[in-house]
Amino acid sequence: MELNDLYTDIILEHSQNSYNKKVIENADITELGHNPSCGDEITLQIKFDGDIIKNIAYTGHGCAISQASASIMIDNIKGKTKKEALDEVELFLKMIKKEITDDNELEKLNDAIAFKNISNMPARVKCAVLAWHTLKESMEK
Amino acid sequence: MINKEEIVKDFPILDRKVNGKKLVYFDNAATTQKPLSVINAISDYYKIYNANPHRGAHTLSVEATEAYEQTRNKVAKFINARSEQEIIFTKNTTEALNLVAYSYVNNNLTSDDEITICITEHHSNLIPWQQIAIRKGAKINYMYVDSDGILSVDEIKNKITDKTKVVCIAHVTNTFGIVNPVEEIVSIAHEKGAIVVIDGAQSTPHMKIDVQKLDADFFAFSGHKMLAPMGVGVLYGKKELLKNMTPFLYGGDMIEYVSEQTTTFAELPFKFEAGTQNVEAVVGLSSAIDYIEKIGYEYIEEQERELTEYALEKLNQIDDVIIYGSKNIENKVGVISFNVKDVHPHDTATILDRYGIAIRSGHHCAQPFMKHLDLNSTCRISFYFYNTKEEIDIFIDAIKKVRGHMGYGTK
Ligand SMILES: [Zn+2]
Repeated sequence: MELNDLYTDIILEHSQNSYNKKVIENADITELGHNPSCGDEITLQIKFDGDIIKNIAYTGHGCAISQASASIMIDNIKGKTKKEALDEVELFLKMIKKEITDDNELEKLNDAIAFKNISNMPARVKCAVLAWHTLKESMEK
Repeated sequence: MINKEEIVKDFPILDRKVNGKKLVYFDNAATTQKPLSVINAISDYYKIYNANPHRGAHTLSVEATEAYEQTRNKVAKFINARSEQEIIFTKNTTEALNLVAYSYVNNNLTSDDEITICITEHHSNLIPWQQIAIRKGAKINYMYVDSDGILSVDEIKNKITDKTKVVCIAHVTNTFGIVNPVEEIVSIAHEKGAIVVIDGAQSTPHMKIDVQKLDADFFAFSGHKMLAPMGVGVLYGKKELLKNMTPFLYGGDMIEYVSEQTTTFAELPFKFEAGTQNVEAVVGLSSAIDYIEKIGYEYIEEQERELTEYALEKLNQIDDVIIYGSKNIENKVGVISFNVKDVHPHDTATILDRYGIAIRSGHHCAQPFMKHLDLNSTCRISFYFYNTKEEIDIFIDAIKKVRGHMGYGTK
């Protein structure tokens, strides 16, 4: 995997000063996700309107991959139902594991397709999935 | 005169390519590479005299026992212990420190007592004491360092009190490579009647250790950070302390007599070595010590000093690199912590890996220290005597490209 395929413009853009990186007042859920091995930390905050994810943002620190992945995920799931969001998490994780490679099926993931080949860099897989695992944890409680 | 090219040739792995580039291995504080002589010593052990030592009367067992016990003897001389009875083989430094925590501190600490440690400690020299303190209701006293990572004598005197029973300190810190003033610590601690446990994992590979001169009560180090295989560490302890300690692990090989209801334990050092030991690693350690003594600490120190000075000078010239910790070469080994501005260390490490360069990124198993300095994580390079200035040049060229890869400036 070449560096340009890892640090694509989309990933770099989302990792630097993302508009999704902020604090939400009165969030319904605040969930901390942490990679002890590399120190990436993400706190997701979610505000619901019934079953709909009305607002979602993150704070934290970590590598470009973990931060970009959080920001891209937020773009994807804002305005969706819990069920739709969880389905998207499953789709993303299956893409990472290379269990789904059909581009038509992956189209739903929008910019998150940028992480499709992250498994070619095993040391960075944890960074890419951190936000998605954290979202899953927070909603399955 | 030692020929550097010959030295490099002794390490077969240094010849390999990583991502199409020649390997530059700058993660020696995590583990060092192994010379062919060590690899061959392990291979010979299995080809010629593999057996369970201390058990059988047959020739192979006798030879394995000899190799194992001769290494103990060699280690005793290597660190200038009074007797080989003071040398206990463990799995690594972590296990050695846990042995002291369970078999000594656990039996000698009350809720009125204090344990003094330094904020810079590696988790392996922090958590065992912290957990014992929690169990005993005792207090942990932290010695704090300045932003360069330097521990002052005043701080040592303030934090080692009449209540202090145990002082635990790394000889050299794994984050910044700072050589701590262990001799002062030992003398202050002993004045107060406290014992001192020295974590020598980061010092033993780089400088001559004399446990008698240090007057350490316990001293621990790992084989794999000094050319030997993983899976063997050493605990040195003063005989009078070891004698009165309870065993750490119970089982075969550490007993004298066993009856249905009671057991008497073997004498030193065997009472601390339960079960079949890692003989191949011990044999490798023996060969590693031979190698180090052949080239000599004078050469090791001279090489590392040159490399560290050179790397610091080159890194200093790059505006976008922030170096952490003291740059004073007088009390430092070849460890440099740094960050590239605006780039997370994890990304820097990935980018360097694409150039064949192995570095460490993260909190370096020293979270309380990183927090103390308000750092989340750093990049760390660490040298051993087989590294070269040419490798540093390759590293510096790659470092200059890091920000470009991350979209700062031109790619
Ligand atoms: Zn990461």
